[in-house]
Amino acid sequence: MSQLAVRMVDIRKTFPGVVANDQVNLEIYRGEIHALLGENGAGKSTLMNILTGLYQQDKGEVFINDELRNFKSPKDAIEAGIGMVHQNFRLVKPFTVTENVMLGQKKSAFLKLDEAGERINAISSKFGLKVHPKAKIWQLSVGEQQRVEIIKMLYKGTDILILDEPTAVLTPQEVNDLFEILRGMADDGKAIVFITHKMHEVIDFADRITVLRGGLSIKTLLKKETDASELGKLMVGKEFLSGRKNTINTCGDRSLSIKKVSALNDKGLPALSEFSLDICKGEIVGIAGVAGNGQRELSEVITGLRPVTSGNIQLDGTELTKKSIREIIDFGVAFIPEDRHGMGLASNLTVIDNAILKEYRSSQYGSRLLDLKKLREKAQCLVDDFDVKIPNVDCPVKLMSGGNLQKLLLARETSIEPKLVVAVYPIRGLDIGATDFVHNVLIEQKNAGAAVLLISEDLDEIYKMADRIAVMYEGKLMGILSTEDADIGEVGMMMAGARKKEDA
Amino acid sequence: MTFNMLIAILAAAISTGTPILFVALGEIIAEKSGVQNLGLEGMMLVGAVTGFIVGASSLNLFMAILAAALGGGVLALLHSYVTITLKANQVVSGLALTIFGTGLSGYLGKPYVGMPAPVKFDSVAIPFLSEIPVVGPVFFNHNVLVYFSYALVFLLWFFVYRTNFGLNLRATGENPGAADSLGVNVFALRYVYTIFGGMLAGVGGAYLSLASAPSWVENMSGGRGWIAIALVIFAIWNPARAIFGAYLFGGVEALGYRLQAIGVTASPFILNMMPYLLTIGVLILVTISSRTKHIGEPESLGIPYDREER
Amino acid sequence: MDVKKERKTKIVFEKRLQVPTWINLVVPIVSVFFALVFSGIFLKLTGQSPLTVYLAMYRSAFGSAYGFSETLVKAIPLMLTSFGVAIAFKMVIWNIGAEGQLLLGALASTGIALAFPDLPRILLIMMMIAAAMIAGGLWALIPGFAKAQWNVNEVITSLMLNYVAINVVDYFVYGPWKDTAGFGFPQTATFSQNAWLPTWGTTRIHFGLIIALVISILLYIVLNRTRWGYEVKVIGESRNVARYSGMSIKKNILLVMLLSGALAGMGGMLEVSGVVHKLDPHLSIGLGYSAIIVAWLSRLNPFVIVIVSMLFGGLINGGFSIQMFGIPAATATMLQGAILFFVLGGDIFARYRIKMIK
Repeated sequence: MSQLAVRMVDIRKTFPGVVANDQVNLEIYRGEIHALLGENGAGKSTLMNILTGLYQQDKGEVFINDELRNFKSPKDAIEAGIGMVHQNFRLVKPFTVTENVMLGQKKSAFLKLDEAGERINAISSKFGLKVHPKAKIWQLSVGEQQRVEIIKMLYKGTDILILDEPTAVLTPQEVNDLFEILRGMADDGKAIVFITHKMHEVIDFADRITVLRGGLSIKTLLKKETDASELGKLMVGKEFLSGRKNTINTCGDRSLSIKKVSALNDKGLPALSEFSLDICKGEIVGIAGVAGNGQRELSEVITGLRPVTSGNIQLDGTELTKKSIREIIDFGVAFIPEDRHGMGLASNLTVIDNAILKEYRSSQYGSRLLDLKKLREKAQCLVDDFDVKIPNVDCPVKLMSGGNLQKLLLARETSIEPKLVVAVYPIRGLDIGATDFVHNVLIEQKNAGAAVLLISEDLDEIYKMADRIAVMYEGKLMGILSTEDADIGEVGMMMAGARKKEDA
Repeated sequence: MTFNMLIAILAAAISTGTPILFVALGEIIAEKSGVQNLGLEGMMLVGAVTGFIVGASSLNLFMAILAAALGGGVLALLHSYVTITLKANQVVSGLALTIFGTGLSGYLGKPYVGMPAPVKFDSVAIPFLSEIPVVGPVFFNHNVLVYFSYALVFLLWFFVYRTNFGLNLRATGENPGAADSLGVNVFALRYVYTIFGGMLAGVGGAYLSLASAPSWVENMSGGRGWIAIALVIFAIWNPARAIFGAYLFGGVEALGYRLQAIGVTASPFILNMMPYLLTIGVLILVTISSRTKHIGEPESLGIPYDREER
Repeated sequence: MDVKKERKTKIVFEKRLQVPTWINLVVPIVSVFFALVFSGIFLKLTGQSPLTVYLAMYRSAFGSAYGFSETLVKAIPLMLTSFGVAIAFKMVIWNIGAEGQLLLGALASTGIALAFPDLPRILLIMMMIAAAMIAGGLWALIPGFAKAQWNVNEVITSLMLNYVAINVVDYFVYGPWKDTAGFGFPQTATFSQNAWLPTWGTTRIHFGLIIALVISILLYIVLNRTRWGYEVKVIGESRNVARYSGMSIKKNILLVMLLSGALAGMGGMLEVSGVVHKLDPHLSIGLGYSAIIVAWLSRLNPFVIVIVSMLFGGLINGGFSIQMFGIPAATATMLQGAILFFVLGGDIFARYRIKMIK
């Protein structure tokens, strides 16, 4: 191995109430692709935010090229040649590619867009990062936006490049392309770090791997000298169970029927086009697809939050598209939305206030005035049933961890004995324990006869949970496969826009 | 209506619209950086009173304008500290600033009520240019502040859209996280541009007390600070477009005076309402037309930036 | 490049997880104190003695039974406008138009009082209250409708309507309703006694105080114990969560503005019927703006509003009386603005724990 690029020694960082990193050590060399592996909440992003100067560590030292450098701001880190591509891209949407790339530069007072455009073209052809310098960010696909982020870093002279969960938004094919580009950059002498919790990526693409767990760095290994099961054990801290969760076939009559539904997104552009799908009682249908291909809109048209422009949706033979949100809730549709904080729960309100969001109108909580005692009982009951960890039901939910938030949300949504459960990315950001819990609840609902629509960006999850897999691309249904005979290669192709081979 | 009267009204539209133009330009710059300052009315009043007082005591108009800018800037500094550093609600802080500025200006200006300004900005016809028919009398027979505002519109437009500083400014208001990650000092920029906005509001105020009606009257801004906020939306945050809006409002106000002067029988109170009703009407129309497009408004307007919270 | 380890003491804002109760009491009090000190600097710089000014204000506002009664008189319409502002703020609707809504309420009730001077007292007063609430409510509904229907910035529209309202009142008192026996002053004729609210003893404290206290209780119940109050709370916290839960945001914006304007309108009626007994252009003394400060300082709690309104009534009252010493009444306005500033800034102590780190 060649020259040492980064050495982080004994790093500690705390946030109010949490120790995010403690005694973390990390070494990264030039010319390598280094994976930072760990569950959600293991402290990977915090560690990288320290390396990029966004956070300051409470304790410990950072060395770049064997020189002690404790960054005070992102500016220092950029000057030291460190660049990070965040999971949520840091791009200014109304700006062009060139404008985004030029942001923050100090060489000249006036904007020299053409000059910069040429340099961008040079960088993109050197590493195969195809993108048009004059395109506006909001017009680009997610994959292209990621390329802009990488170009931005290279333009600033980055030779230590960090990528946070870079594959979450990509199709399997795009993932391969990305790592091909990254390999080219490593061969050029740059140090590449990527953060991930996906085992197979580590095995496929990394040279060395550092495993983080509970804020501690557990071990650094060479890929050649390890395997998935060892990494899994290190990551979770115990034998980790994979394998199918959904084992009993409980499918019954048709429950949800979506017929040729079209809808627009927030910008007024088509998000769903003639989408059709049926789900039976006691069945889980998983929607596979790269995020941003109409999944959010699909969940919203079913729950009445977004109007359809054409088509219809029926649940147990009743038309939903004409109903109000309130009527759909009362009809028995549970909704686990993508944004726990921004939509499913109001973060500054108490557990009680959040627990009754869907039921406060019911007469069992008092006729004219709300019966505060009954509301409290209801909240306490949900908390006890789902083992939600909180000091008391009067504290605001913003204090709760992601796992506990999701438990409270599930408790509330399933307490109405729903006919249909719509779950959007229900395990995003959760650790393994909480993920398991969420999955068990969904299986329970299925076994109780509910139709379950599970939207996920994680194929592992879909294979584990779904009876059938539906693949979405650009608002269209690419095909439906029964999970047993769904070939992962075929699903990947469909996620990238290839239609299911017609079995005529 | 005679041709000469039309010319007079157009010229009056410019001179009446200029104070609002200054204020709106300042607010555009502040809002581009992501800070909404609803305290324009208060900053205008403080600018008007400090401009008047310093003008009266130094008999130097340059010093007067400088003092007005300083007065507005100091108030904007308060707003910056409360909203940027302490991350308080920008709407409420702006209201506090307006109330405080109204009180402070009334307090400081008490001894000067009823006193005509010893120095004031007079019209200076620009040689040659002012002799061009129509264009000359409409555009080039004004006081220096009006000429300064012409230049300012161009300079600010150039600054915002053609320089790197402008790029950083726009990015700070759109996506401070992105700007910060590239080494742009979001906090410093927001301070600088908010204070700059306050300074222009102060100048706009001084225009009232030293050019429009050279005297100090309590509450003399009469809601122009708020009209300027509507103007920012009308201009979709573009300095170049603000000039049209400002002259439109100036024109309506000027028309009111003229109509009274030539004895139109409409109640003066109804004429007085016109600029406010116009503001409401224009705001509704502009909002409806840009509702689906979401153009112009900086994405992070009004949201305090907190690095460790995302 | 300096390789040496360099760490200076720095101040770190650390987010509080839960706000201790004492903070909510101490922060406003300390903030008000600092606002007094801050404004005192201005007074001092211009040659006044801050202590003398404050003492004079205090004495005239709270120092005598008469002074206190006048303070209460000022507090009554302030309570009503503050209730109105508070309920709108609760839903994060920035109704800055309480001033205009108060004026419209006063105008409408004046119309009733002038048109039906001989109706029985109770009936006339009930009609005046109803007219004031309807007028104030409808006036507030203009920005409310624009907000609900097209998401038009309600700060500007509601504020612009204040200026329009002042001109509307001026139009009537200078024009059609001008008292012919009024020596040319722009004001209406004095109402018939049937349109006067009963007062307490020899003071000017009127029945409006009882009405305000009753409303504070009702408002507390509405906000904390009813389904509608719950909806207002959720919508104020997050529009998305409210929509997700099936609440109608449009409908509630309209309702909240209607109620907010109706309360402010009633404040205008209480003032003309309880104190002035006629309509004149001096009715607008910035109560609608003071209400914003009172509501914020009270953290939108109706009971606290009652108490804070009394303090601010004292401030306004004291502001008038210091004019005798040649100090402008605007001093009181300046103080109000400073108080809001410091309370707002002081909130950081409630939201963050401030630490020194070496």
